[in-house]
Amino acid sequence: MAEVEETLKRIQSQKGVQGIIIVNSEGIPIKTTLDNSSTVQYAGLIHQLVMKARSTVRDIDPQNDLTFLRVRSKKNEIMIAPDKDYFLIVIQNPSD
Amino acid sequence: MEIVHVYTKLRSEFGRQCLLSDRPAELLVDVPPDPSLALQFIQKTPRDQALQACRDMSEHQVNTERFESDSCGINHVEGGWPKDVNPQEVEQTIRFRKKVEKDESYINSILQLGSVMEHCIRQNNAVDIYQVYFEEEEEVEEAPDAPSAKTINVFRDPNEVKRTVTGLSWHPDGGRKLAAAYSCLEFQKTSKDMSLDSYIWDIENPNRPEMTLKPASSLICLDYNPKDPHTLVGGCYNGQIAYWDTRRGSQPVEVSSVEQSHRDPVYKIIWLQSKTGTDTFSASTDGQVLWWDVRRLSEPTERLVLDLSREGNLDRALGAISLEFESTMPTKFMVGTEQGVVVSCNRKAKTPAEKIVCTYDSHHGPVYALQRNPFFPKNFLTVGDWTARIWSEDIKESSIMWTRYQMSYLTDACWSPVRPSVFFTVKMDGVLDVWDILFKQNEPTLSLKVCDEALYSLRVQDNGRLVACGSQQGGATLLEISSGLSTLQKNEKSLLAAMFERETKREKILEARQRELRLKERSRSEQSREEDVGREDGEDSPDQLISRAQKDFYSVVETELRRRRDREDQENRRRRVPAFPGANPSLDRFLLEPSGASCSQCS
Repeated sequence: MAEVEETLKRIQSQKGVQGIIIVNSEGIPIKTTLDNSSTVQYAGLIHQLVMKARSTVRDIDPQNDLTFLRVRSKKNEIMIAPDKDYFLIVIQNPSD
Repeated sequence: MEIVHVYTKLRSEFGRQCLLSDRPAELLVDVPPDPSLALQFIQKTPRDQALQACRDMSEHQVNTERFESDSCGINHVEGGWPKDVNPQEVEQTIRFRKKVEKDESYINSILQLGSVMEHCIRQNNAVDIYQVYFEEEEEVEEAPDAPSAKTINVFRDPNEVKRTVTGLSWHPDGGRKLAAAYSCLEFQKTSKDMSLDSYIWDIENPNRPEMTLKPASSLICLDYNPKDPHTLVGGCYNGQIAYWDTRRGSQPVEVSSVEQSHRDPVYKIIWLQSKTGTDTFSASTDGQVLWWDVRRLSEPTERLVLDLSREGNLDRALGAISLEFESTMPTKFMVGTEQGVVVSCNRKAKTPAEKIVCTYDSHHGPVYALQRNPFFPKNFLTVGDWTARIWSEDIKESSIMWTRYQMSYLTDACWSPVRPSVFFTVKMDGVLDVWDILFKQNEPTLSLKVCDEALYSLRVQDNGRLVACGSQQGGATLLEISSGLSTLQKNEKSLLAAMFERETKREKILEARQRELRLKERSRSEQSREEDVGREDGEDSPDQLISRAQKDFYSVVETELRRRRDREDQENRRRRVPAFPGANPSLDRFLLEPSGASCSQCS
């Protein structure tokens, strides 16, 4: 439990990180550093995106699986690390 | 006719096993052939009929009905909560969350994901992987693709007896049509069944000419009227000029009268710039340049005899092979002659004598093509014998630039209408050369073998990309030039202007130098002539001249030999080689030859 906290704190302290969200496989945000409405929005939208990305990768090659997903946009970058049951979403402002 | 065979069997015998027994073959039906029926049929030439035993397949095209799609977003507000947890209730959600956080697998996943994530975050912080380098630099010009040309179409003479394509003219409006004049220029090679027709081709359809022009005698040259794309004028082999209107059919609308026309084949005819748009002029090897108004072809409006002594004497006139007229300089024109002289004339001169302004001694043979550079009208290109030369109007002694002597005779040339430094030439070995003088001056930039027979005419279309060239066997080939050679490059005009100026200056300097030398010679010879006033007049008799020449010659040879011998001696001494015969055979020639041997024949 403490390690989790420590990990999250470490991530949060990195340069440019704006927010962290942990979502479970059903799309429920478990832990978040952002406000509720953004969290809910991110959780719902990104959950769908990850599902789609994963199914795409596996359709192309069934042995393959999604390991990481980066969505780079003009203002920031959304990084998603998927796992079997949970995903970790971090929003970072890339260094310029 | 139905063939019916009846087979009866008792009902009670059905179902019993068949007891098969042999039976001899029986002829059931014999239908002998009935020849009388053949009269009802027509014999068809044997045809090949292919059969294939395969499934019948048919091809169908399917187009699905338009599927209307609409994008809309879903706003996922809440969801996924298990049934017992009410999303609105903050306490319940908190409790749920806390429960999950205590889960073992949760902790493990997060730890693992966290490390992965950290790596990527650090990566982001270290380097901006999507950084744009060199953003918004000016567009690098694509490396000009290697010059090339592609043959698009070949238009062949549909007649049996092939004639040479001696004249080509592009339709002035868009250049979708090409008029080609066919004739046989070889002396007395025309056969009786050689067709006299010339054709207008549509470049999309090489199978059949779009229109035929039927002159009274075969056409050597023709030209589309740049103002009125329906009219053409052509010069015939017998010296007449004919005028066509393509709307009025294949026969010429008017033909000039034989007495007033040229006495020799009309080699070139060009439309002039005039208010009425009906003036043209023609040139022929009989030494005349005639001006015509196409509304009245019974007699020429003006006549010029190319007699360099300015006397209008036809016997001494030079035969004209090519004409040049640039619409930007409507009063001047140039004529290229069979004798290799280019005559520059002024149309507006008061007296015929003043019409001929100056001459340029250009080639060793007939000047087959003559054209001013469309961008630099003071410079013109001539082609004749085995070279192509570029001249500047001001320098009359020699051309400012010239190609080296080619392997075969050059028959036609023209400038590219879009690029001032590019010109095309065709040769008698069937090669089309594209010269880009800004790129390479001693060799053509692109050399293409168009066909095996000689090429006699060449015309570039106004867009500079399509080139038509005509061959001896009546095939007009249409080529497309690569874009590198047909698009104006940056600074091309200024670079070319600088090049022409430089060459002109060089020639001027050379000319000035020549003049100086000549003056010096003349003054020296004048001086020596004053000294020799006492000598006899018989001084210049041929024998004495010859003996003097001989003496000079032998003395020169002797001094040269002596010089060589001295040099060899010096070398020998330097090398410390014993200077006796046999040591160095190559030197023996000089050692053994008696000194006066060359002069022994002298007087």
